[in-house]
Amino acid sequence: MSSLYQVLSPAGELVGDLKGQLDEATMIKMYENMVLARQFDRKSINLQRQGRMGTYAPFEGQEASQVGSAMALTPGDWLFPTYRDHAAAIVHGQSMARVFLYWMGHMEGSISPKHLNIMPPCVPIATQMVHAVGTAWASKLQNEKHVSIAYFGDGASSEGDFHEALNFAGVFQTPTIFFCQNNGFAISVPFSQQSSSKTIAQRSAAYDIPGVRIDGNDIFAVWLTMKEAMQRALDGKGPTLIEAVTFRYGAHTTADDPKKYRDQESLSEEWRQERDPLQRLRVYLENQGLWNETKEAELVARMNEQIDAALVEAESYPKSKPEDMFKHVYAEPSWMATEQESELVKPSKQEGIPA
Amino acid sequence: MKRKLTMIQAITEAMDQKLADDSRIMLLGEDIGVNGGVFRATEDLIHKYGPDRVVDTPLAEAGIIGAAIGLAMNGKIPVVEIQFLAFIYPGFEQIVSHAARMRYRTRGQYHVPMVIRTPYGAGIRGPELHSESVETFFAHVPGLKVVAPSTPYDAKGLLIAAMEDPDPVIFLEPTKLYRAFKQEVPEEMYRVPIGKAKVVQEGSDVSIFAWGAMLRVAEDAAKQIERENGLSCEVIDLRTLYPLDRDTIIASVKKTGRAVVVHEAHKTAGLGAEIISIINDEALIYMKAPVKRITGFDVPVPQFSIEDDYLPTAERVKDGILETATF
Repeated sequence: MSSLYQVLSPAGELVGDLKGQLDEATMIKMYENMVLARQFDRKSINLQRQGRMGTYAPFEGQEASQVGSAMALTPGDWLFPTYRDHAAAIVHGQSMARVFLYWMGHMEGSISPKHLNIMPPCVPIATQMVHAVGTAWASKLQNEKHVSIAYFGDGASSEGDFHEALNFAGVFQTPTIFFCQNNGFAISVPFSQQSSSKTIAQRSAAYDIPGVRIDGNDIFAVWLTMKEAMQRALDGKGPTLIEAVTFRYGAHTTADDPKKYRDQESLSEEWRQERDPLQRLRVYLENQGLWNETKEAELVARMNEQIDAALVEAESYPKSKPEDMFKHVYAEPSWMATEQESELVKPSKQEGIPA
Repeated sequence: MKRKLTMIQAITEAMDQKLADDSRIMLLGEDIGVNGGVFRATEDLIHKYGPDRVVDTPLAEAGIIGAAIGLAMNGKIPVVEIQFLAFIYPGFEQIVSHAARMRYRTRGQYHVPMVIRTPYGAGIRGPELHSESVETFFAHVPGLKVVAPSTPYDAKGLLIAAMEDPDPVIFLEPTKLYRAFKQEVPEEMYRVPIGKAKVVQEGSDVSIFAWGAMLRVAEDAAKQIERENGLSCEVIDLRTLYPLDRDTIIASVKKTGRAVVVHEAHKTAGLGAEIISIINDEALIYMKAPVKRITGFDVPVPQFSIEDDYLPTAERVKDGILETATF
């Protein structure tokens, strides 16, 4: 861990320079967002267990990486999440109700709020990284001062698209930020078996772009690194690869059982005790006199209220109609779609035919 | 005297005119800039429009197509060149998982107006994997349009229509026809609508359906059989492979009662099967004989010492016509 860029130690002490960039209000907002993210994640798992939501991909443990990186963005930036980056999407402005809707199996859960460019969760691995090169490239060509950020995991770094994306971004100097949350496992395979390179950040050297390995549970380090990468991108100096080293406490998805491939309880407990992202910021804020038990209780209650309101909104969303599947395949529906749709909704011709 | 162009010249002209007409158009591909593309389809365009609009990319099909998807989502209209159809496979995931689905996934909020141009088909004495005809892969995927011109006139008009289409278009250029012949091509920009087949030759006894390089084979067979056997063939160039022009197909078979489909793609699950299904659905009672398919075989396209034996010939098509006519 010592080789990681760190600003806030696991004990909640400043070990790096804040460079005068982080004010108290931002720090408190960071903490609030991380608490919201954790509560949202836990709520989602419960909903899945209750049968109110489909399979879900949890992210507990990765809050600092997601919240810190997304808080650095500005509204015009393009965000390409994986299926595990709900906290990043929510912090960038996606409504929690939409995220619930997505996991409840509604196609409308993928809709981005107007004026924000938040892509739907990307299910194939690493493929969204090249899209982030494309949108950033267009921003550059159109002289728009926006970056594109692609989230991905350690497993994605084995895919061809990872390399093609970094290579393209380097060649065309696109304002793209490649944000890896190295959470140690690609479903069941540990990073040591994923790659013989010791780090993901070192891959940046092959493409001659800046690469940095940071403590992904240190939200200050994440935020400051992002700010630097964004500035570089907006100054026309091209992409950055950020490897945020973190851990997912839970399963790959609610359909997965991590006990099969790792010592789930002791590993998660060890990470939680030694490096938890919420805990260390909370200790820091308490030591600064900015946080206390009362504020904590009030915050948790307020966040739960917001989550419950989003859930009510999602669960009262009108049921999708079967014919909705025919919409938005093409700009204009093809004759096949029109006919197949009427086949779907028309009454059976079998009626009245004797058996 | 009217101006005549080869298909490759017509394709270049379509891109040139759209580059001039719409600043959102960008060309991307391997060797398309200074070199002008392996078939010279983009010759000189980099000098006219600069390296930001005619882009020599790294050699990476997923990278090219994936980046083009992002460009298309953020205001550009990328026209991608893949050097040969079989080289598209590394980018296949980007096409089917993303280009085809972006509009659907985002409920119409984002869409991907892009064109993927690629030479396809056999008969050019190419090395291994330079002669494939796997249009069915793309016609099977909802969200894509698939176009295959057979003449210089149609190539220009269809490519302009493809560049103006709001949906991703797979534009299959029959390699064998690039320089096979010239045809009058108007200088102005014009469009040939996507989704409309063309009755190339009217007839009353048998309908022949073909596209791309096989259109010429179908026309040859039709001419010979008319001369030799007095059979009148209606020859139809499908031009768009998805969505198929059902109305034109059905109108023709209702008139003739017989049909032959000619394609150089492998037989199994080739588009011939789809055309037969459409005929069964809509015009079975008009048919006097089963529809015959004259196709490539269910083998990898062989290397060129026996390439011609793989491809449908006018002889094979004639046999098929006679078989349906004498059923």
